[in-house]
Amino acid sequence: MTNSNQVPLVAMDNISIAFGGIKAVDDVSIDLYPGEVVGLLGHNGAGKSTLIKILSGAYQKQGGEIRINGQPVTINNPRDAKALGIETIYQTLALADNVDAAANLFLGRELRTAWGTLDDAAMEAACREVMGRLNPNFKRFKDPVRALSGGQRQSVAIARALYFNARILIMDEPTAALGPEETAQVSQLIQNLKQQGIGIFLISHDIHDVFDLSDRVSVMKNGQLVGTAPVNAVTKDDVLGMIILGKCPVAATAGPGALVEESA
Amino acid sequence: MATLLANPVKRFFAATEADLRILGMVAVLAVIWLGFGLASDGAFLSARNLWNLSVQTASVAVMATGMVLVIVTRNIDLSVGSVLGVTGMIIGVTQAELLPALIGYDHPLTWLIALSVGICAGALIGALQGFVIAYLAVPAFIVTLGGLLAWRGAAWLVTSGRTVAPMDSHFQMMGGGPEGSVGGPVTWLIAIAFCALIIAGLLLGRRRRRLHHFPLRPVWAEVVMGVVYCSAVLGAAAVANAYHWPTRVAARYAEAQGMAVPEGGLVISHGFAVPVLMAVAVGIVMTFIATRTRFGRYVFAIGGNPEAAELAGVNTRWVIMKVFILMGILAAIAAAISTARLNAATNAQGTLDELYVIAAAVIGGTSLAGGVGKVAGAMLGALVMQSLQSGMVLVGVDTPLQNMVVGLVLVLAVWVDSLYRKRATL
Repeated sequence: MTNSNQVPLVAMDNISIAFGGIKAVDDVSIDLYPGEVVGLLGHNGAGKSTLIKILSGAYQKQGGEIRINGQPVTINNPRDAKALGIETIYQTLALADNVDAAANLFLGRELRTAWGTLDDAAMEAACREVMGRLNPNFKRFKDPVRALSGGQRQSVAIARALYFNARILIMDEPTAALGPEETAQVSQLIQNLKQQGIGIFLISHDIHDVFDLSDRVSVMKNGQLVGTAPVNAVTKDDVLGMIILGKCPVAATAGPGALVEESA
Repeated sequence: MATLLANPVKRFFAATEADLRILGMVAVLAVIWLGFGLASDGAFLSARNLWNLSVQTASVAVMATGMVLVIVTRNIDLSVGSVLGVTGMIIGVTQAELLPALIGYDHPLTWLIALSVGICAGALIGALQGFVIAYLAVPAFIVTLGGLLAWRGAAWLVTSGRTVAPMDSHFQMMGGGPEGSVGGPVTWLIAIAFCALIIAGLLLGRRRRRLHHFPLRPVWAEVVMGVVYCSAVLGAAAVANAYHWPTRVAARYAEAQGMAVPEGGLVISHGFAVPVLMAVAVGIVMTFIATRTRFGRYVFAIGGNPEAAELAGVNTRWVIMKVFILMGILAAIAAAISTARLNAATNAQGTLDELYVIAAAVIGGTSLAGGVGKVAGAMLGALVMQSLQSGMVLVGVDTPLQNMVVGLVLVLAVWVDSLYRKRATL
């Protein structure tokens, strides 16, 4: 899947950000190719969510460069990221609880009538259509999202990311709130999206999820990149070693956060 | 037994998709009106008193529509009374002292220019406060608490505390009174136009649902809604028309027009008062903004989850600033109504109005936690507050007791509302 001759869909080079003197992300470089899933692993506080929020526009990087299809881009806010085809499904889902599924699906990108007013009927129709594909059991189109179950809320968040033809999808703990059946649905969805050539960053601290779904894994520790490895070249124990000790196996490309051993 | 009784009722409300909270407020209002009607031997329910009540409610109702949006975004505006004061002074000075020198005394455009100047001033004040709240991240409570003091001071500064009077004759129409009412025939025309709009709205809504294959309301429910809404409009018109000009005012009018006074005196209906029509127009525009525009959608989304709105690409700061600009404009419109009604601009105008406006919004079902609120509810809330006050004055309750009752009702209303909300979410 990884092809070094190809231009990466996303390249984040030497990204850094600090909050009050603490380097949350320190000189991290990762990349993503079309149709590829890159799992981003690490403990809580390792900096994976922060790194990804820089790509989705929630935070502004203080150092480094982001390139999309080889072109350097500036992402100052979520609107910029969406304009570049970067969609994010946040761990918190980031839904407005007091409005219905259609309003959330189109939040920030509402359909409007020729008069410039909200076209609620068209939005609800589109919402019924996309939810019908994603979660055929979903029927509660008039209820505020607050009233929905965890899985239903998750499908609204996923629908929002998919409806607008994302090229790059960021999924932050996409299965954290889900039961086994819904988790299987998400896995199936990821396979479909890959085939469409969409690049996916998958953030998780569940190593099994990541192994099943990803092509490559990048591991972070204390804000630094330990290394990146193709999933089929390493074992789960290797990756656990990267997460816990920062020890980079032979098959992986070591980053600046890798443990330096005297013998090496 | 209980379920048997409850079922048809439940079915009725489900079919009409009626807003239970608004319905509850109408019921509370009916109880208040009937209670005061009985206690005052019918004086409270007289056409004259109800007409006056509608005029007294107008200014607070106008501001309450904006306060809904402010509170929905999890903010508060304590400065509206003072902003009303300073914009009222600006409107007064513009028409009574600046414009006569420029375009002559009693020019037909004076009222419009004065109102526009006031609205611009209100928008600027709102923009300033909104900027500090949204972009400098100072809590709205503090910014508008400062505004409460500062704009009251500014109102004093406009004329060093001197009262400005009288107002332009056209401008005075915005305050109501015999001259500031549209009269019997026009009132019926407006009422009939409203009924036509209501029926057209129901038909259009039905057509749109059918177009998108959404479930339709049963026909009987549509008919019931149409009948209820139209009778409310026609009833209001009938009451407004049943209040006649005082005999002496009518006689003076007849003299000025060179009309003969018929046997038993001249009977002229007030009809809807201009400030009431202004408030209704503001209510319709604000409902439209809140429910049909992208801006309104963002206001509610921010109230529900500010972080989510920001991450969805909403420019939350600009939306918040616009909400406060809107609030400033509405305070200026309210200022025009109240200066016109008083026929003077004083630096104390609108004192304590912020509390009545916030109370009206909250009684009307706006949640201080944000994300929930209705413009129509807030206007009804303003009517409830004003009904209580006028009713107590009419029945002869002492002033200190009046304030105690109003305070008690406010707390009670919010408590009942929180109970309702808890049940609704379970």
